[in-house]
Amino acid sequence: MEVIKDIRTRKGANLNLKGGAEKILDKTVSPSSFSIRPDDFFGIAPKLILKEGAPVKLGSPIFFSKKNTHIKFVSPVAGTITSVVRGPKRKIENIIIKASTKQDSIKYSVSGWDKKNRHDLKSLLTSSGNWPFIHQRPYGTIANPADTPKAIFVSTVKTDPLHGDLQFILKDQKNDFQLGINLLNKLVDQPVFLGVEKEFSDYFESIEGVQHYTVRGPHPAGNLSLHIQELTPLNIGERIWTVNAEDVANLGRFLNSGIFCPRRTVAISGNAVENPKYFQTTIGAELQPFLRKVGTIDKKTRVINGDVLTGNDSTSNCFLGYFNNLVTVIPEGDEYRMFGWLPFVDNNILSLSNTSFSRVFNRKGFDVNTNLNGEERALVVTGEMEKIFPLEIYPMQLLKACMVGDIEKMEALGIYEVVPEDFGLIDYSNTSKIEAQEIIREGIELMINEVG
Amino acid sequence: MNLIRKSLDKIKKPFGKGQKLEKFAPAINAFDTFLFVPNHTTKKGAHIRDAIDLKRTMVTVIIALLPALLYGIYNTGYQYLIQTGSPFTFLEAFIHGSWKIVPMIVVSYVVGLSIEFGFAVYRGHEVNEGYLVTGLLIPMIMPIDIPLWMVGLSTAFAVLVAKEAFGGTGMNILNPALTARAFAFFAYPTYMSGNKVWVSEATNIDAISGETILGTLAAGGKVNYSAMEMFQGSIPGSIAETSTLWVAVGALILILTGIGSWRIIVGGILGASFMGFLFNLWAANELMSFSWINHLIVGGFAFGIVFMATDPVSAAQTNQGKWIYGVLVGIFCIMIRVFNPAYPEGVMLAILLMNVFAPTIDHYVINGNIKKRRKRWETSVNQLKTI
Repeated sequence: MEVIKDIRTRKGANLNLKGGAEKILDKTVSPSSFSIRPDDFFGIAPKLILKEGAPVKLGSPIFFSKKNTHIKFVSPVAGTITSVVRGPKRKIENIIIKASTKQDSIKYSVSGWDKKNRHDLKSLLTSSGNWPFIHQRPYGTIANPADTPKAIFVSTVKTDPLHGDLQFILKDQKNDFQLGINLLNKLVDQPVFLGVEKEFSDYFESIEGVQHYTVRGPHPAGNLSLHIQELTPLNIGERIWTVNAEDVANLGRFLNSGIFCPRRTVAISGNAVENPKYFQTTIGAELQPFLRKVGTIDKKTRVINGDVLTGNDSTSNCFLGYFNNLVTVIPEGDEYRMFGWLPFVDNNILSLSNTSFSRVFNRKGFDVNTNLNGEERALVVTGEMEKIFPLEIYPMQLLKACMVGDIEKMEALGIYEVVPEDFGLIDYSNTSKIEAQEIIREGIELMINEVG
Repeated sequence: MNLIRKSLDKIKKPFGKGQKLEKFAPAINAFDTFLFVPNHTTKKGAHIRDAIDLKRTMVTVIIALLPALLYGIYNTGYQYLIQTGSPFTFLEAFIHGSWKIVPMIVVSYVVGLSIEFGFAVYRGHEVNEGYLVTGLLIPMIMPIDIPLWMVGLSTAFAVLVAKEAFGGTGMNILNPALTARAFAFFAYPTYMSGNKVWVSEATNIDAISGETILGTLAAGGKVNYSAMEMFQGSIPGSIAETSTLWVAVGALILILTGIGSWRIIVGGILGASFMGFLFNLWAANELMSFSWINHLIVGGFAFGIVFMATDPVSAAQTNQGKWIYGVLVGIFCIMIRVFNPAYPEGVMLAILLMNVFAPTIDHYVINGNIKKRRKRWETSVNQLKTI
């Protein structure tokens, strides 16, 4: 097989945290409560189809997006909708489903799917609840089935802190993964790119119907924005689709059985977890049974859906997210540190700056907590963002353009080529403690509303 | 530690949300966060954060300033005592210097911080730490005999006009400390230039003369100091600018910790060397024929390029821009020295000038990125058309 490009970057940083998951796959935990959070789907406006108390099957549509009514969001489990949690302005925050013992499912006819025309295939995916697995760039929203993207990207390279190893997660799912790739090839004529580690196994080598590329470098080298920039930079008006690696296998399983497959293999890790390991479960599963199984430390902790840089705080709403292969649990850090602002003091706290000896002393890994380690200040220091930002974009200037909502400038500086997660490391490392991801997210929302 | 924490929490109570003194919370918070890094946790965005914050950054700069400051204090006493002719010890020189300089530092901090606290309360934001550095820099670049009220007035001018009028920390165009010096320079020229102000008590005691090397050169005189003395700093000049050696130590601290931009520092040295070398070739007068190496070690050039030009807010912000900015500061510094005998020290005006042009430099650097992106878009559109 041929590798079309070897992407290398030096800009970035790997955060060496304690609590990485051991490569043990546990399939024994069976949670009884599940949830779907509309906020997991950036940029949609949910409209409920079913009400509280309604019985659902696996694959029953629960809501759709007002912006594109064809795209259905379905139940990951059979049971009853026990509650619809609403926030301010009656915004739907969470839909909770209690699983029943009998697992009924909605089955679609998928035989001869590869003979179907593109339109029918797309409507099969949208009505069966599989379409939300497909995302688009720019903006990182759910793809519009009517678009023709110039490429589809699937990456098995992860660099975020404590990330789940996708080679391990996909190890027994090869046929499903291949079938999913075949489906993607059927959806578009344009190339499907598969990103793999530099030292990849025969597994990925034998996947057909894709163009392989390899990636090396520190975080955020694993982020798709970099891969897209290096292979086929996104221009104004163009679309690129992206699918998470395990969701490709889920699409494949749907084509095998005709039943929506919400499988999620998740690494439960973090330095508040006693025995971090992998679990195979279902999208939206309640997390408590898993946390009990791995054991957490006896302190106030924060449960994060995703990694410590980009994930969602799910402590109060403890359900697995829709897309993440990682749940991180870390201790809260609501403690004072006397004179902690002195340089070269408190070297146990991970710092990318040279004003601390942390990286010299703690080569084995860091215990982290959620302390802000300072307070928000005006943007003073320059040049620190560029050091850890591999895209050909001026990050601080783009952030400032987003802050003032200058659409022309945001466009000129490359807002189409980024998603909030690209700024996770900037969030972490910037001296002024500004919320870069939040600023970019608001900028993208502005673009969606004003430009579309 | 727990005891201090508890009593602090008690003192802070009336400043809490919805309490009587809520408006003044930024003032009390500034003291609290000076003692303790607060217990705030991340609310959105990344869940973990780097140990660095603006306090740590600014304190690192202050540490880098200390060698030059301490030497400046000693040199103040040394310049005075050596001219009086009586034998003296290191300690005596240091005490004389402290006697003069500590009050200046106090005035600068009291005036500047009062204004900063006032604006923080008025605007309802936390007190930024930037003034900790500015407040130390202002006395360090003044002549020793400047009256304290002038220090206070220049400080007030700098903080109000150069900083708060533009929106406070992070928004200023000009370096505030240099603005303070420029204000004093143009408002009270007799206290800021000439051959009587650079050595302690030179205006009062006739036996003491205090001409700087650049002043001597501008007047066409001969320099009586060796290159070693210039490098070490045992020469007359503004308080902390004289010792290139101790400034270099500060530069090393800034570069190794990554707080100061090495690009600006190296660029400045390259620019100044280049310009000095060109003038050496021309050599029409004393200042032009003054060796380019000596140009780097006399006057305020070293201090300016290391501590003032690298101020991240007023300097260029892009990496390429920093190179251009640094080189131009160096070039203009030597050019102003040589061409304008009224201002034998060119570094202050060179940096202020480049402060003004820094956004322009960045504009063109960033425009390169924008143009590249636009060109990519246009080619893709053209390709589509041909298909």
